Amino acid sequence: MSFHSIEAIVNVSNNEKKKFWEVILKDDCMERDVTPEESIQGMEHMWQSMLDATYSYDRNLLSASGLVGKEGGLMEDYVKAGDTLSGEFSAKAIARALQMGGSNACMKRIVAAPTAGACGVMPAVLTTYYEEKKASKEDIVHALYVGAGIGQVIAHRAFIAGAAGGCQAEVGSASAMAAGALVALRGGSAEQISNACAIALKNLLGLVCDPVAGLVEVPCVKRNAVGAVNALAAADMALAGVTSAIPADQVIDAMRAVGESMDTGLRETGEGGLAATPKGREVARRLRGLADVDA
Amino acid sequence: MNIFDIMGPVMVGPSSSHTAGAVRIGLITRKLLGEEPKSALIDLHGSFAATGVGHGTDKALIAGLLGMQPDDMRIPRSDVFAKELGVDIQFDKKNVRNAHPNTAVLHVEGKSGRKLCVQASSIGGGRIEINKIDDTEMNVTGEKPTLVIQNQDITGLVAKVAATLSDENVNIATMQLCRDKRGGVAVMVIETDQGVQDHCIQTLKGIDGIKEVTYITA
Repeated sequence: MSFHSIEAIVNVSNNEKKKFWEVILKDDCMERDVTPEESIQGMEHMWQSMLDATYSYDRNLLSASGLVGKEGGLMEDYVKAGDTLSGEFSAKAIARALQMGGSNACMKRIVAAPTAGACGVMPAVLTTYYEEKKASKEDIVHALYVGAGIGQVIAHRAFIAGAAGGCQAEVGSASAMAAGALVALRGGSAEQISNACAIALKNLLGLVCDPVAGLVEVPCVKRNAVGAVNALAAADMALAGVTSAIPADQVIDAMRAVGESMDTGLRETGEGGLAATPKGREVARRLRGLADVDA
Repeated sequence: MNIFDIMGPVMVGPSSSHTAGAVRIGLITRKLLGEEPKSALIDLHGSFAATGVGHGTDKALIAGLLGMQPDDMRIPRSDVFAKELGVDIQFDKKNVRNAHPNTAVLHVEGKSGRKLCVQASSIGGGRIEINKIDDTEMNVTGEKPTLVIQNQDITGLVAKVAATLSDENVNIATMQLCRDKRGGVAVMVIETDQGVQDHCIQTLKGIDGIKEVTYITA
């Protein structure tokens, strides 16, 4: 990837009068020595895999620990009943995020975007948009390029692993990617995409990675829902003309600095935060007991 | 890193670093070994040691060693397959100095008796880095076609290797050189933009002073 900043992508987009996604597509063709058709085919495969994973959610499955799995089903029923507080679109995105997070915890096939722990965010907003707003597959695939471009810059300037930088690096990054993708779907400008990315990441800055018993279950599944809703909020703000006082690249740099100063116990070790609560420890002890019995 | 490292991979959950990355570490180790593994002792470090079992890191590493890809639905049962195939795989926890939190050290033995020690880290999103092969430190991601060439530390070998690749119109993207001591064993790690044909690898193997050539493709 030749882009080390969101600003550089925005500049190329403006100077060459190309859309944000076209800039990323062109860069991918250069980087991997592929034709645009080949690149798009790859991204269509990712979109199809997201759809497959979405529709293969099984509400009767529980994760190995028994902690998660059925949340997506409960939320879906609640949305169907038709009286949600957050509105049908947001509530459906929440259900989708919970479902994908649950499928992932149950070792089903998903698409890491950018990681498996955060795999529910992008598909939650995109599959909901696809169905509710009757978007074309083509537009969704273009939006995936926008998300991927943002994610690449974040991975280059900071990190996308919870073990390296906490949950802000996983769900935070996914939310920034999704926010940019949503703005692109609504026809927003490259600057608006940049603002949505900055706003989404800022709102989740400092989020720690504190999984109970070290598993990608609690609180990961529900944090995917927050990442999705945050992406919708950030995209709506950017589309309304709200700008980020801190430019996207500087927000990403701040995310790195915050992540580097996070205690190891808050970076996917399952030792701090929620994992260190009495209930969290109790669950961990119970699971260790199970593992011993297994062995 | 390319856009499909970010949007992707398609994989079996629950963790891109602890599951998909671990499968890739197993796979790349299998490729470096160049044959079916007979046994393996795997040291887990940091977060791999702390939370590996709950993430299926153990099963993912086994799956990779058995040749499965990160989206293989058999990963959750890879330990059972290993038993059926008679491959003995043991795990231990060990602190590795200056290592990334998600690091594993794999001591593997192939069916022919060939032994290899690979230290690798899963750096997020399913991407990995090989940090060490046997005693030689390096940085291999396996994201591009990669040649790992072990040779005697003598004058002119780098030029011969570069010329051989140039003759085949293979462009060198990155190159690392390391050696244990002057005149000792040296390692060239070469990432290329194009795939390297088998006859080219045979030519490289025939160069005086080259001991071993391993080719890794994504």
